[in-house]
Amino acid sequence: MDFDFSEDQRLLQQAVRDFLEGECPPEWVRAQWQTDTGRDPAFWKRLAEVGVPGLLVPEAHGGLGLDETDLVLLLEETGRAALAEPVVATSVGAALLREIDGPLAATWLPKVASGDARLAVGHAGSPFVADAHVADLLFLSHEGALHAVPAERARVEAQPSIDGGQRLFLVGFDVGEPAADGDLARALQDAALDRGALCCAAEALGVADRLIALAVDYAGQRKQFGVAIGSFQAVKHMLADVKVELEYARSHVHRAAWSVAHAAATRAVDVSMAKLAACDAARAAARVSLQVHGAIGYTYEQDVHVWMKRAWSLDLAFGDSVFHRARLCAGVVDRTIPAAPFGFEPVNP
Amino acid sequence: MDLTFSAEQEAFRKEARAWLEANVPSEPLASFDTKAGFEAHRAWERKLHAGGFAMVPWPVEYGGRGSDLLEWLVFEEEYWRAGAPGRVNQNGIFLLGPTIMEYGTPEQKARFLPKMASSDEVWCQGWSEPNAGSDMAAIQTTAVRDGDHFMINGQKTWASRGAFAHWLFGLFRTDPESHRHHGLSFILVPMDLPGMTVRPIQKINGKAAFAEVFFDDVRVPAENRLGPEGEGWGVAMATAGFERGLMLRSPARFQATANRLVRLHRETVERGAPVAPGMRERVARCWMDAEAYTLNTYQTVSKLLAGGKIGAEASLNKIFWSELDVRMHELALELLGPRAELLPGAPAAGDVGDWLDGYVFALSGPIYAGTNQIQRNIIAERILGLPRK
Repeated sequence: MDFDFSEDQRLLQQAVRDFLEGECPPEWVRAQWQTDTGRDPAFWKRLAEVGVPGLLVPEAHGGLGLDETDLVLLLEETGRAALAEPVVATSVGAALLREIDGPLAATWLPKVASGDARLAVGHAGSPFVADAHVADLLFLSHEGALHAVPAERARVEAQPSIDGGQRLFLVGFDVGEPAADGDLARALQDAALDRGALCCAAEALGVADRLIALAVDYAGQRKQFGVAIGSFQAVKHMLADVKVELEYARSHVHRAAWSVAHAAATRAVDVSMAKLAACDAARAAARVSLQVHGAIGYTYEQDVHVWMKRAWSLDLAFGDSVFHRARLCAGVVDRTIPAAPFGFEPVNP
Repeated sequence: MDLTFSAEQEAFRKEARAWLEANVPSEPLASFDTKAGFEAHRAWERKLHAGGFAMVPWPVEYGGRGSDLLEWLVFEEEYWRAGAPGRVNQNGIFLLGPTIMEYGTPEQKARFLPKMASSDEVWCQGWSEPNAGSDMAAIQTTAVRDGDHFMINGQKTWASRGAFAHWLFGLFRTDPESHRHHGLSFILVPMDLPGMTVRPIQKINGKAAFAEVFFDDVRVPAENRLGPEGEGWGVAMATAGFERGLMLRSPARFQATANRLVRLHRETVERGAPVAPGMRERVARCWMDAEAYTLNTYQTVSKLLAGGKIGAEASLNKIFWSELDVRMHELALELLGPRAELLPGAPAAGDVGDWLDGYVFALSGPIYAGTNQIQRNIIAERILGLPRK
C-alpha cells in the first residue's frame, strides 16, 4: 500500500506545467477561441515532444508506455492551463488502439505518439463528438459495434458551445467493417467512457485549482473599506469551502486512476465518484471565484469566465452528472454494479 | 502508487479480526459519560491492552505494537467492523500520546505512555477557559514557578470525561507578564491534587462527564512540564494537528456509519415506509464522502511514511469529517420518520438504534477541536494565503 506518486511522476507533472505556463498562457488560449478550428497542429507537435498525447501509447509504438496514474497528473495541468486541444479524446483513443492491437494499432499509435494524428471518441454518454473536425481517426459506435473511422469517411456538423475552447459535432459516417463487435465492443466502449470520464475529472481538478488561485490573487489585491477584501471572513470561508471540496475530489480522482489502470471490478463506480467530485468542485469553484471577483469577473475581458466555461463543459463531457449520479446510486444503494469501501469490509453490507 | 494491501498487512488484518471477534463484548457497554460506563470501558481497554492491540502504532516499550500507521488504519477498520467500544482514553492515546512521543523527555515517556496505553490513567484536556474558547491564546490560568513546582491558579472548562479522568493536560500562562501565545507552557496535572475542584457539567444529552476544573494554589512538580517553558503554544499546536488531522477520527468510523445508513435506507424502502424524493442519492453521496475521507487519509499516511508532515491541512480534514457526520445522522433521522425523536427505551422505538444519540454527539463535532469557522480561517490564511487583516 502506497497511495502517493513517485518522484518521477511529480517531475513529469512539473515539466508539463512549466511547458504550459510558457506555451499556453491565457492570451494564447483566448486567441485559439477565435480561430476557425480552435486547434493548432504545430502546438500539438510540441505537446507530443513533451510526451502528453503519447503517454498511454506503448513504448514499442514510440510512446511513453505509462498508465492513468501518470496521466491524471498531466491532465490536472492541461486543466489548469485551460488547454482545449484534444488531449483527453486522443488518450482515450490511444488506449482503444492499444486494446484492439493488430494492424490498426501499428498504423495509428506511432502517429499518435509523434503528434501526427489526433483522435476523437464518440460514446454513449453524449450525442456529440468533441474535436471530430480535426481528428484523423474517429471511434464511433453503430448498433453496438465499435468502428474506427478515418476522417475522410466522417461527416461532421458543428454544434457551437458556450465554452470557446470546446468544439462539438454531430457525426455521421459510412458504416464499414467494425473494429470490434459483440462483448468485446461493449467492453471497449465501457472502458473508453470510464477512461474519458476519469480524464475529464483530472482536468476539472486543475480548472478548480486555477479558479481558486484567480480569486485568491484578486482578493489579496482588491481593496474596499480600506482593506483587501480577502481579509473578510465572508470571503475567506467561501474559498476555504471550495478548497475542502477540491482536496477531497483529488483523492477520488487518484484512486479512480488506479482503478482504470488496473481494470478494477469497482472501476465504474470509482470513476463516477471521481467525475462527480471533481466536476462539482470545479463548478463550485467557478461560482465562488465569480462571486469573489464581483462585477469585474462578470466581464469578458477578465479570465474567470474562460475557466468557468471549462468547468461547465467538462461537467458534461464523458457522461454528465445525471449519468454518473445514476451509476453511483446503482453501485452504492441498489448494488446492481460493483462498489466496495476502501479497506473497510462491513460485516453486514 | 500501489493500492493493494501487502501479505503482511492482510495477515495482520486477519489476526486483528480474529481477536476482536473473540473478545468484543456482545452487548454494548454503558456510555463512558457515566461512572459505571467509564469503568466498564477501562476494563475493556485493559483487555485490549493485554491482547496487544491497545496502541497499535506505538513502540513496544510504551505498551504498543510497533506497527506503522498503515497497520493502524487496518486495525481501525477491523475495530469499527467489529463494533467495538469507543476509546475512553481517546484524548490521551490519540492526542497527548503522540505529543509526548514528540516533545517528552525519556523519563516522561517511560512515566506516562505505558499507563496511558493500558488506560490505568485516563486523560482529559484542559485547554478552554471561560474567556478562551476559539481565541485560545487568551488563556489566563497562571502557573507561576515556585522552586521546583508550578503554582496554578485559575479555571479550565469543557474537559470531556473530566469528571472521572485521572490526569489533565493543558496550557497555562507561566509568564504572568506575557501576552497571547507567548509565555504559555504545556503542563500535565494529576486530578487529585489539593486545591483542585472538579465540577461536572451536564451536556445536552443530560450526562455529566464533562467538567470545569478550578485551580486554587495547586502545586505541580516542574518536571510535569512538556516541552520548553514558555513554548507551550507550539506543543499544543502539534496536539491540535493530531486532533484535527489523523488520529482522533479514523476513516473507518465514518465508513461504518455510511454503511449503516445505506442499510437503514434499504430497510426503510423495503418496509414500504415513505422516503423523500432524492433520499437515495443523498445517502449514496454520504457513502461517497466517507470514501473520500478514507482515500485522503491513506494519501496522508503514505506521505507521512515517506517523511512528510501534517500541517494546516489538518483543518481540511476536521471540517470534512465533522460535517459529514452531522449530515449522515440527519439523513438517518429523516429515514426514521416520526420515531426519530424516540429514546431507545420507548415501547414503539423499534429499530431506532443509537442514531439519535449519534446525532447529538455529531453536533459537537463542528465545535470541538477548534470550531469549523476557525478551521476555515486557518485554511484561508495558511493554505490559500489570504491576508489576516
